[in-house]
Formats: sequence, structure tokens, C-alpha cells
Amino acid sequence: MTLVSPTLRDEITANMRAAKARMWVRIKGGNRELTHYIAEVVLPVLTIGAYVILYKTLGLPPSLGAAVIIGGAMIAFWTNILWNMSAQWFWEKEMGNLEMYMVAPVSRMSVLLGMAMGGAINTSLRATGIILLGVFVFQVPFQVHDLLVAGLVFLLTVISLYGLGMVFASLYMLYGREAWHTNMLLQEPVFFLSGSYFPTIYVSVIPVWLQVTATLIPMTVGLDAIRRVTIQGQGLMAVWPHILALIAFIAILIPVARMALNYMENLGKREGRLTLRWQ
Amino acid sequence: MKRDISIETRALRRVFKGVPGAGDVVALDSVDLAIEEGEIFGLLGPNGAGKTTMIKILATLLLPTSGEAYVKGLEVSKNASKVRKIINLVSGGETPGYGILSVKENLWFFSQLYGLSRQGANERIKNLVTQLGLDNYIDTRMSKLSTGYKQRLNLARGFINNPSVVFLDEPTLGLDVLSAKQLRTMIKSWMTDGTKTVLLTTHYMAEADEMCNRVGIIDQGRILACDTPQKLKAKIASRPSWKIEVTPNIQELDTLKTVPGVIGVSEVSNIETGTSTLKLVLEDESVMSDLLSTINRNGSRVLNMGKSEPTLEDVYINLVGKGLQ
Ligand SMILES: Nc1ncnc2c1ncn2[C@@H]1O[C@H](COP(=O)(O)OP(=O)(O)O)[C@@H](O)[C@H]1O
Ligand SMILES: [Mg+2]
Repeated sequence: MTLVSPTLRDEITANMRAAKARMWVRIKGGNRELTHYIAEVVLPVLTIGAYVILYKTLGLPPSLGAAVIIGGAMIAFWTNILWNMSAQWFWEKEMGNLEMYMVAPVSRMSVLLGMAMGGAINTSLRATGIILLGVFVFQVPFQVHDLLVAGLVFLLTVISLYGLGMVFASLYMLYGREAWHTNMLLQEPVFFLSGSYFPTIYVSVIPVWLQVTATLIPMTVGLDAIRRVTIQGQGLMAVWPHILALIAFIAILIPVARMALNYMENLGKREGRLTLRWQ
Repeated sequence: MKRDISIETRALRRVFKGVPGAGDVVALDSVDLAIEEGEIFGLLGPNGAGKTTMIKILATLLLPTSGEAYVKGLEVSKNASKVRKIINLVSGGETPGYGILSVKENLWFFSQLYGLSRQGANERIKNLVTQLGLDNYIDTRMSKLSTGYKQRLNLARGFINNPSVVFLDEPTLGLDVLSAKQLRTMIKSWMTDGTKTVLLTTHYMAEADEMCNRVGIIDQGRILACDTPQKLKAKIASRPSWKIEVTPNIQELDTLKTVPGVIGVSEVSNIETGTSTLKLVLEDESVMSDLLSTINRNGSRVLNMGKSEPTLEDVYINLVGKGLQ
């Protein structure tokens, strides 16, 4: 006796193949031009540089510079999620691809998963570039004591961010230009709230209610944890609450994405605008 | 031998909310249809008749307002994921895919949405590429293909999962004559085992006549007639069809329709020659003299006239009272 019935196994295989294929398209599309890659690494480093120099001039500790570099790297993920993940169904619709995805038997979640994995890999390549270049140019100190915990915290942060991206993608499926404005609205406040350029939680100058709001964004929690383990050299003892919070984000966001996707698909089928363009 | 029913609709109805101010749009109105396995069935009708609506409901992209729709015995609104495994859909004029991928890579990608194995996918891709004349472009990026070849790629995609039922929504829309012919040949060879079913929509009469085993004529959401092209034409054979060439073209086509005994009329104008060809379906020949004097009163001169073999267009004119254009 097997645990998984043959039909279920076929189903899982098909969905995994679809996710892998979508990931492959994204990786291929994202890395076809070296110049794009260079621009996407160098430009953030310029912004980071402004903050590093400012902090140095103010005589603040060099660890703040390191924090900004990590923040800049994570901003790359947030930008990718907003513009390449959330808006993706919209793009696919414009290209005439949404119908093709909708008539296919694999779950749309697998397709989103593939997009997310491809996006995460592409962005990791960029984030690595940003960190290496940042460290090389600004000579800021990093110290990692527990590589395993650092890896885990990073992975959980990325998964929860892309989980959020999957929720957005589902909500945006039926929308056109409006999605754009929402994206614009979400971009800067999240950079600010999540503490990409300066810490926003565990600091007394920020009002408590704002700190609490900020922790509702997975990026804030992830960023704080990553900084602790890579700059302050802290370990599991310091970041276990972060890890639990990130796991909670993931456990909530992925099912919510699935529900949103089903809801939007049904709404589209009922209202007759599932694959309509120019609405 | 009676074949199994492959596609069926019962009292299928779909209403869309109209633009604010205007009323609702009834896109499909009590449509009953039964299409057998092995058939190439054509839905023939003008723009806005409800063809795409029908296809979208059957292809799980749209819910009916009421009524039922079945594909291979599965009610589509309740079994979307099961239905999706055995169907595919090609919307003419669309060119889905990724520009940065080659023809082969795109087809491989589409095959993965159906979970095909590497070997299975490669075999199907090879076959489809040959059948649709894409051999020389297999490694060409989609962004570099002409529109016609992009459409061929889309057609190949429609068969990538070897579906039992294929929906083709105006598949030859904008396709050049050669590609359209290749598509017809391909579909016929794909259909040989007798288990496949094709439902296609078109507003080209000749295409429906040439390709389809049976044709349903649809107008304003209702199926007006449904039979083989031969039988549809035979039914109106008692009513004479006339082709009359006139110059200049008739300004007020409606005045011809008011002539008693004229069942329907359509006009195709040729801008270059300044002439136009009228197709008329008449009650009987006695209508002719009235008709000719009305044409005269319209200020047009008859250049040429003759009886014509009934075509599907005449069937359509008979049913709707006007041409498809
Ligand atoms: N998504 C939609 N929302 C509102 N009205 C629609 C929608 N889709 C189709 N219609 C209307 O329904 C009618 C039938 O359309 P359609 O099925 O596309 O016709 P066809 O494919 O035969 O040209 C038309 O009047 C069209 O305007
Ligand atoms: Mg249509």
C-alpha cells in the first residue's frame, strides 16, 4: 500500500513541473541582460552610499552603515515583489497569457509559486551583489556567528515576503491600472516602516503604535532579525521570536493567497471579466 | 451506430450586465446543443451572436447565468479542474507565450502546465511543429516571429496536451490563407481516431461549410438551425438564391427587403470596380420583376444576374434576413 494514490501523485508531479517551468521562464527572463543586472546592483548601492556617508558624518557607529546595506538588499526583494510578483497576473493578462493559465489543469498556486521562486532566485543574485559591492566600497563591519540561523532567518523572510506577494497577485488579478496606484502607495511607506534605511522597531523615537504597525509587515520582522544575526552577531536566543513570527506570517499568508485566488477566479467567472483586457 | 455525446448544453443562458443606463445583454438564450464525439462542429454567426460566450462557458472561463453545460459528461461549472485536463482552447488573434523563449521552449513551457514528461512533451512538440509548418522556426524566439507564425504557435499550444475536446474561437481570424489551410489539414488528421471533438466558431461561411460536419447557426444568443451543411442547404433549395451584380451599389439595402417575397438580402461591395454583388433569397421567381424595378428606382443598374447554388450564406440570409457582413 502506498500513502499517495496514483492520481494524487500525478497531480503533484504536474503541479511541480508547472512551478518549475514557470520558475525557469522567470530566471531566464530576469537574467538575459548583464547590463540590467549591473544597473540593479549599482543603483541601490548609490542610495545606500548616501545614508552610509550621512551616518558617518554624524559620527554614528559603523554598524548602522551595515544595517543600511542589509536594508538596501532587502528593498530589492520588496521592489521585485511589488512590480514583478503582484502585478504579474496583470501582465500575463495584457500579454494574452492569463487565459492559457486559466484553462490549464494545474493549480494557479503552482504557477504563482514558480514565479515566486524565480523572483526570489533572481533577486537573491542582486541582493548578493548589493551586499558585496556595499561591503567592498564602504568597508562596513559584518559579523555572523551562527550561519545556520542566519540562513534560516533569511529564508523565512524571503518566503513570507513572497507569500505576501502571492496574496497581492491574487487580489490584483481582476484589476488593471488601479493595481498600479496601489503599488505606488505601498512602495515608499513600506521602505520607511520596515526600517530599510534606519531601524523603526525597538527604537524609542518611533511611537509605539507605529512600531506595532510596522511589525505587521514581514519585512520589518525579517529585516530586524537578519541585522541581529549578521551585524550584531546574535544567535537563536535573540531571534527566536522573529522566527516564530515569520513562520506565523507564512502560515497565514499562503492559505490567504490561495483563498484570494479562488475567490477572484470565481468572481471573474461570474462577472465575465476573468480574462478581459483594458477594463 | 450512435456515438457518445461529447459536448452538451441544456437551456444554457448567460446574461451580462450592460453599461450603466443600457439594459442587460442576453448573450446566450436557452441554448440546447449536443455535439458527438468525432465531430467538427461549427458555430456560425455574426459578431456579438454569443459564440465566444458559449466557448468560454464550456472552457471553464465563465459561469452560466442558468442552465447546464457538459463536456464528456462533466458539468463544467462544478468540475472545472477535471474538465481542464481534457480540453484546450485557442482564441484566434491571441498570441500567448513569452517573447524571450523560442518556439520549442514556449511549447515545452505550455506542456508543463499539463505536467507532461520530458519525453512525452518532446514527442508532441516534434509532431505539432511539423504539422503546423514551424520546423524552420523551432529555435527562433517568439518575439522574432511574424504574427502569422505566432498564431501557428498558439494553435500548436492548443493541441499540446492531446486534448479530447478542442475549442477554437475564430481560429483563422487574421490567419493567411496558407496557414488556414494547413490548420484544416492538421485538424482533420488529428481527428482520424474518432474520439476527438472540435467546437469551432467562425463568421466565415466557406470555412464552416468546408470544415464542419455540422453547423449551428447562432444569432442574438439563439441557435436558429443546426444540421450538416448539406442538409441546411437542401432545406432551402426550394427557395431560389440569386446573385445580382449592380452598379453603383445600393444605398438603401432595406428597401429591397420590403419587396414582398424577398426573404433576405446581403450586399458585398467592390470599391475598386464600383460594383456590388447582391445575394438574395426569394420566396419564388415571381418576385423578380418587382425586385428589379426596385433596384432601378434606387438608381442602380443591373450588370449581371443568375441563379446560384445555395450556400451556407443563403441559409443564414434565410434565417436572419440579412447577410453576415
Ligand atoms: N464580459 C462581458 N461583459 C459584458 N458583455 C459581454 C461580455 N462578453 C460578451 N458580452 C456581450 O455579449 C454578447 C455576445 O458576445 P460574444 O459571445 O463575444 O459574441 P461573438 O463571439 O459571437 O462575437 C455581445 O453583445 C457582447 O457585447
Ligand atoms: Mg467572439
